Amino acid sequence: MGLTGFFLITFLIVHCTLNSMIFFDLYDPNDNGQTFNHWAHLFGTNFFIRAMEYGLFVGLLLHIVQGLILWSQNKNARPIKYKVSKYREGKWYSRSMGLLGTLILLFLILHLYHFWTPSRFGGMAGIHKLQETTLVDYNNQQVHDLYAEMKIVFQYPGAVIVYALGVFALAWHLLHGFQSAFQTFGINHKKYTPLIKGLGVFYTVVICTLFALMPIAIYLKWIN
Amino acid sequence: MEHYNMNLKLKVWRQKNAEAKGKFETFEVENISSEMSFLEMFDVLNERLVNEGKDPVAFDHDCREGICGSCSMYVNGKAHGPWEKNTVCQLHMRAFKDGDTIVVEPWRSVAFPVIKDLVVDRTAFDRIIQAGGYVSVNTGNAVDANALPIEKQKADESFFAASCIGCGACVAACPNGAAMLFVSAKVSQLALLPQGEPERKTRVLNMVTQMDKEGFGNCTNIYECEAVCPKGISVSNIARMNREYFGAGTTAE
Repeated sequence: MGLTGFFLITFLIVHCTLNSMIFFDLYDPNDNGQTFNHWAHLFGTNFFIRAMEYGLFVGLLLHIVQGLILWSQNKNARPIKYKVSKYREGKWYSRSMGLLGTLILLFLILHLYHFWTPSRFGGMAGIHKLQETTLVDYNNQQVHDLYAEMKIVFQYPGAVIVYALGVFALAWHLLHGFQSAFQTFGINHKKYTPLIKGLGVFYTVVICTLFALMPIAIYLKWIN
Repeated sequence: MEHYNMNLKLKVWRQKNAEAKGKFETFEVENISSEMSFLEMFDVLNERLVNEGKDPVAFDHDCREGICGSCSMYVNGKAHGPWEKNTVCQLHMRAFKDGDTIVVEPWRSVAFPVIKDLVVDRTAFDRIIQAGGYVSVNTGNAVDANALPIEKQKADESFFAASCIGCGACVAACPNGAAMLFVSAKVSQLALLPQGEPERKTRVLNMVTQMDKEGFGNCTNIYECEAVCPKGISVSNIARMNREYFGAGTTAE
């Protein structure tokens, strides 16, 4: 759980950094998502990243399978529940990782349908394509216009709300998961554990704020 | 604090034996002194039940000083009741006020089957200890204690881990029913000392195997165990056990 968790945490850093390129439009109003599309293309055609994409799916699947095993074993460990149960320290999100994970998975299915399948398999076997201008010419190279796809998806307030909720679930999931992974690996130290916990909060806030701002910024036309 | 008497309503789990289906039974107790312990309150109730020719409520107890780890009640949704770092025998009735309703349940875990009422079978813990919670000692003259220098910090940490009284509150309070705090304390107290070195690898592997065999749940780092532990055993012991386990698992033959 911890190992796959760490892997997914690392992936989120890459994913968030790359997507944050859309905010380059705030710096240069003529950017129009060029920087983002350029980097997305670079990553999408890089052999290492493409290989890691398989690793990511394996990692995600393992994370889910491990979670399900934990859930079923832990459920069996207490067949008769307490009539009254109160917690001193145990945080609600630490106790609800399965629920939060399920919400994230539901969000991921929608998310992959919006961006990943059209980008990878668009047009094949009836899978919906990126918008009409699938390929855009930037700096003499043809790249997928993922930025245009973002603008299409996030023009609907419903999509923005669903994405915000997905990120909200992710935030609580990470808040527990980040520090928990370290404990699983036996890293618990008087000096460094508070530091790790602080880093976990910092990571969660930065990653999730940036992710949440993406659909909001596009919907409110802060970036164009 | 001023002394006062109170009348209480108790909702207590009653179960004839391990096979029987249990249910809650409600009792009214009157004139309970605020200076009584929680178990003494049960003594008052039981005396009355015996006089009435009824079956008294069975509960585990021994020292009633908070050091033996026998008592085990889930009081109003908390292992050992509302006070922190406390056993239920050391919980006093001044924690409650007149007219309160108190729900009392046994530890709930598949590895701790109910024997009767509030008494659960905690021999699963004994079997875990038997699996590896010991050190080999050669016969012959006792070795001079000073011949084996032990770092002060390690000695303290070992002593702290050894203060676990094995009451099982960690299992009872864990949302997953995991026994990691108990097992890690028992592994740590020996892993930190040179005396524990010969069986260091097999100990952690065997004790964890036995723990899983007993049906305890898995730790997901919620840390509720540490919060309810009457002795304040730290979850840093769990991290140590994880280190020991990884180390032993990768290098043991």
